[in-house]
Amino acid sequence: MDFLNAIVALSNFVLIPAVAYGSQLALGALGVTLIYGILRFSNFAHGDTMAFGTMVVVLFTWWFQSMGITLGPLPTALLALPFGIIACAALVIGTDKMVYQFYREQKAKPVILVIVSMGVMFIMNGLVRFIIGPNDQRFADGERFIISARDFKQMTGLREGLAIKTTQGITVVVAVIAVVLLFWFLNRTRTGKSMRAYSDNEDLALLSGINPERVVLYTWLIVAALATVAGTLYGLDKTFKPFTYFQLLLPIFAAAIVGGLGSPLGAIAGGFVIAFSEVTITYAWKKVLGYLLPETLEPDGLVQLLSTDYKFAVSFAILVIVLLFKPTGLFKGKSV
Amino acid sequence: MSDMMKKTGLFGLVAVLILLTGFMQSWNTALQILNMGLISAIMALGVNLQWGFAGLFNVGVMGFVALGGLATVLVSTRPIPEAWSAGGFGILLGLVLGAATIVAAILAYTRMAKGKGRTLAMLVILVGGFFLYRWVFDPAVGAVEAINPASQGNIGGLGLPVLLAWPVGGLLAAGGAWVIGKTALGLRSDYLAIATLGIAEIIIAVMKNEDWLARGVKNVIGLPRPVPYEVDLQASPAFVERATSLGLDATTASTLWVKLLYAALFTVVLLILLWMTQRALHSPWGRMMRAIRDNEVAAEAMGKNVTRRHLQVFILGSAICGIAGAMMTTLDGQLTPGTYQPLRFTFLIWVMVIVGGSGNNIGAVLGGFLIWFLWVQVEPLGQWLMQLITMGMAEDSALKAHLLDSTAHMRLLTMGLVLLLVLRFSPRGLIPEK
Repeated sequence: MDFLNAIVALSNFVLIPAVAYGSQLALGALGVTLIYGILRFSNFAHGDTMAFGTMVVVLFTWWFQSMGITLGPLPTALLALPFGIIACAALVIGTDKMVYQFYREQKAKPVILVIVSMGVMFIMNGLVRFIIGPNDQRFADGERFIISARDFKQMTGLREGLAIKTTQGITVVVAVIAVVLLFWFLNRTRTGKSMRAYSDNEDLALLSGINPERVVLYTWLIVAALATVAGTLYGLDKTFKPFTYFQLLLPIFAAAIVGGLGSPLGAIAGGFVIAFSEVTITYAWKKVLGYLLPETLEPDGLVQLLSTDYKFAVSFAILVIVLLFKPTGLFKGKSV
Repeated sequence: MSDMMKKTGLFGLVAVLILLTGFMQSWNTALQILNMGLISAIMALGVNLQWGFAGLFNVGVMGFVALGGLATVLVSTRPIPEAWSAGGFGILLGLVLGAATIVAAILAYTRMAKGKGRTLAMLVILVGGFFLYRWVFDPAVGAVEAINPASQGNIGGLGLPVLLAWPVGGLLAAGGAWVIGKTALGLRSDYLAIATLGIAEIIIAVMKNEDWLARGVKNVIGLPRPVPYEVDLQASPAFVERATSLGLDATTASTLWVKLLYAALFTVVLLILLWMTQRALHSPWGRMMRAIRDNEVAAEAMGKNVTRRHLQVFILGSAICGIAGAMMTTLDGQLTPGTYQPLRFTFLIWVMVIVGGSGNNIGAVLGGFLIWFLWVQVEPLGQWLMQLITMGMAEDSALKAHLLDSTAHMRLLTMGLVLLLVLRFSPRGLIPEK
């Protein structure tokens, strides 16, 4: 029985990665949920929007690095983030004017908008691959660890090391800032309130003089910012590869639906639910159990419930379970 | 009459495009496009059955296509008796146990009274069943995968003729669709979309990782063929003689002949399926389907069982996709799970259906041919366009090299553009539903 080491091992391999991944998913799911709440369709192009914003950030990061501008211990990408957000906002607002607006005015069925977003997804996907190519790109720099495993072992004298990557720390800090700003905006400002009003009841909102195009414009701006931040954080933590971002669509949608589509709070909760279940189910528990159980009971195998390749299956299974038992999600979302 | 002329004209256009490819590039390329066009047309028929007839938004086409491909391996490859004696039956037993666990859990949920007892019973069944399943399944898998891993390591197939794999592929996909439909069809349209998208990814993940099934990412190559091999043709004096009398060398003639035989087989399948779907469209069943699609509430009020009909059409459409998947794997002669990409196998099929005209079988077939042709030919066209654009640039400029390298990604852009343009200016497609 070695309780302390077990806790450290658990935090190192499960808790910390899951918190970072969960924050990234939550930011992505917030974007999906906002579009669903206000524009009333599931945006299949969201993963590729994230990829586009991140791509701009990567390009600016490289440019800054080549000029010798860095943030010291912090990744240069943070400096490039605003430029990514601006470019991404320009792209999504341009897309809205050229594509979505037409269908909004026609009051097209949501499913038509979903198909339209499929076309947008193709174009954005092609654009990203066209500009930066389909391969892995690394753009993280600065200090790699806040605490490295070796320092931690020396500090505490424990057998298990605890490593916190800088990117994981930054992910959590940035995600908290973004979420606080978003909720402040939605709950305290006039524009934010008009957005919520529009989402709750379109007709009443229009009657009270809210300009729908303005609401839509602000929504896209926020979505672009959230998508770029989420994508950049994910890219810093892992690597940037366009196809991975397309695949992120599934856990992100799962997070948004599990939380309840249209509910920002739900999106955050959903993000963490999905991230924690993915990590715990695909983690090999041998080490932690080895510390906790008496020697005679020590497991022989890896005690891994599912191999990591099945992490999609996990988010999917949770999605189906929630939909079957609580169709509007954990936090009552809307169903159009 | 003008409707007939439009259809003839559009199909004539496709024929001309393929013939032009034959004259300008090579007949091999043209026949390749024709063969994959036939397969794409069948996939589009399947999606059209679900979306055009019934309004079901299935974005898991890739999964069903892959299941069809899996069927080809399981039906046509040589049996491996060693694998079966080592652990094949253990794997089967494990799978049966896994399925039994889920059935037992569902039974407990539906039969027991609501309350803590039910939740507890379900948990016990699920957790216990999971460990039992792993306990039986894992050693069996290890034993099978240990047999000659360089070339086998899987349970092998049944050694039956490969043509039999096509209907079996349809059945396998139909079985998958039944399971999916039972869980997901009650959901709203966009939930169904996410659910099917996820299931397709899971099917591919299973095929990539379960080496005992079809060797995973190690791929199965050299699948049996329903047509003669080129080498055999070239060795046959009669064939060589006929080729020379047509003024062709034996190598070219053999490759063309093989592709033509495939084309003939595929055309037969396409015509049968087209006939069936056309009959279905004009039957009372087809009218009922469209009535459900247009107004579910009204159809339900008229006594139609909407959920059952949805399940039915979902299974039928997926089965057609499965048949097409089996045909494609047969044509390729190999199963490579790593190549299944949702953009290519799900969303491209959707572009075909939308562009061709959803709700119209002929339109879906046309879309299949036309979009497949574009998908193949955009790359050389893009290459040519880029060369034109970059002509003025310096020879060693990095931008020029980058632009020329990136032409491969033009096809995604083009497909998106085509889809958006059609949706905007001709939302009912090239050959609209009547």
